[in-house]
Amino acid sequence: MADSIIEVSHLTKRFGNFTAVNDVSFTVERGQIFAFLGPNGAGKSTTIKMLTTLLSPSSGEIKLNGFDALHDKDDVRKSFGIVFQDQSLDDELTAYENMEFHAVLYGISSEARKKGIKELLTLVELWDRKNSMVKTFSGGMKRRLEIARGLLHHPKIFFLDEPTQGLDPQTRNHMWQYIKNLSEKEGITIFFTTHYLEEAQEYAERIAIMDHGKIITEGNLEDLLKKTGEKTLEDAFLKLTGSDIREESAGKADQLRMHRQMRGR
Amino acid sequence: MNAIYILWLRELKRYSRSRSRMIGSLGQPILFLFALGFGLGPVFQKAGQGNYFQFLGPGIISMSILFTAIFAGIQVIWDKQFGVLKETLVAPVPRWQIMLGKTIGGATIAVLQGIIVLFLATIFGFRPEINLLFITFIYMLLVALFFTGLGISIASVLGDINGFQIIMNFLVQPVFFLSGALFPLQDLPKIISIITAFDPLTYGVDGIRGTLTGMSHFGLTVDMTVLVVLVAIILSIGATLFSRIEI
Repeated sequence: MADSIIEVSHLTKRFGNFTAVNDVSFTVERGQIFAFLGPNGAGKSTTIKMLTTLLSPSSGEIKLNGFDALHDKDDVRKSFGIVFQDQSLDDELTAYENMEFHAVLYGISSEARKKGIKELLTLVELWDRKNSMVKTFSGGMKRRLEIARGLLHHPKIFFLDEPTQGLDPQTRNHMWQYIKNLSEKEGITIFFTTHYLEEAQEYAERIAIMDHGKIITEGNLEDLLKKTGEKTLEDAFLKLTGSDIREESAGKADQLRMHRQMRGR
Repeated sequence: MNAIYILWLRELKRYSRSRSRMIGSLGQPILFLFALGFGLGPVFQKAGQGNYFQFLGPGIISMSILFTAIFAGIQVIWDKQFGVLKETLVAPVPRWQIMLGKTIGGATIAVLQGIIVLFLATIFGFRPEINLLFITFIYMLLVALFFTGLGISIASVLGDINGFQIIMNFLVQPVFFLSGALFPLQDLPKIISIITAFDPLTYGVDGIRGTLTGMSHFGLTVDMTVLVVLVAIILSIGATLFSRIEI
C-alpha cells in the first residue's frame, strides 16, 4: 500500500438544491503531482475549498497528512500551503511585509522567518523588489510571490487552484519550473486544478478528470489514453466527458464532434 | 497573540499609507462643525445653553469614530470579495483571534481619527478640559471597538457589498442622529428620549462629552458600564459570526 497524503471519501457539497461536488473519492500519494482537470464549474474549486478547511462538506471524509480536515483544522492548516485562484495578497503592503504577515500567522520564529523569506524571495526572483508595494507588481510577479508565501511554513502539500490562469505562456512555463523543482527537491505533494489540458498533460503524474461534480476517471496519462483508446488527452477528455474543455457551451462541443465525424475521425 | 498583533499592525500600516482615506474622512466632521456650529450656534446661545461648539465638539468626535469604525469593520466584505481574507482564514490561527486583531486594528484607527477631529474642533473654538483626557480616550476606544465589532459582525453575514448602502442609511445615520451628538438629551419628547436611550452611541457621546466638558446626562459610571457590557457582547457575537464565514 502506497503512502497516501490526501484521502478523500464520499465527499459531497450541496448548495441548496445544487450539488457542486457529488460523492467524490480519491487518494493522492506523497510527493506526487496531482491534477484536477475539468471545465469551469465542474466543482474543482469547491473541492479545494473543502480540502483546505474553507468550506465544510455536506457529507464525506477528508484526511490530509493524517489529520481529519473537519476536526483537526489547525493541524491540517499547518500541513498545506495554497495559491488561490484569485489573487490574495495585500496590495497596500510590500512583498516582504506580505511574507512577514504570513510567517507570523503560521507561528514561524523571527530567526527562521528572516532566513526563509530571503531564501524564497530569492528563489522566485523577487528579492530585489522586496520593499516594493505589491500593487506595483505584474500578474506574474504576484503569482510568484504567492508561491513563495505559500511555501514559507514548509508545507507537506501545496494546493494550486488554477495557478496559471491569466498568465502569459512564458510566465506560465517559468512558474511550472519552480513548481516541478520543488516537487523534485523537497518532495512536496502538489495538487493543482486546471482547465488547461496541456498543463495537466505535461506536468501531472496523475490526473483526475472532473465534470458536473463527479470524478469521471483517474489515472496517469497512459492509463487515460489506454482507457479511451485515444492518442491525445484532448481526445480522451472529449470521449470521457462528451464535451470539449475549451468550449463552455454544449452547442459548440456538438459542432466540433460533428465536424470531426465529417472529417472521418 | 502574535496573530492579533500582526493583524493590528497590518490595519495601521494600510491606514498610514492611505493619505486620501485619512483626509477624505475629515471632510464630513469639518462640514458638520462648520455648518452646524455656526448655523445653530446663535439659537443655542439664545436658548441659554451656552457656546454650541462646546456642546457639538464631543458629538462630532463621536461621529467620526462611529463612521471610521463601522467602515473599518465593513471592509471585511471587500476582503471576502477580493480574496485577501482567504489567506488569513486558512492560517492555523483561531478565527476569534483574527476577528479580534481586525477589530482592535480598526478601532485604533477610529480613535486616531477621533483625536484628529478633537484637534480640529479646537480650531473652531471648542475648549476641552484636559484633566480627564485619559478617560476620554477610554470612552473613544470603547465606542470604536463596539462599532468596528458591529461592522465585522454585519460583514460576516452579508454576502456582498450591495447591502452596504442599506446599512449606512438605516443603521449608521440613525445611530448618529439619534445619539445626542447634536442636541441635548434634556426635555426631549418621550419617543425620542426612549430611542436615544437604546442607541449605543448615546453613551459614548455622553462619556466623551462628560470627560471633556463636564456635561454628562447619565453620569460617567453609567456610560462606562453600558459601553463595556455592549463591547463584550458585540465582540462575542462578532467572533462567533466571523468563525462561521465560509467562502
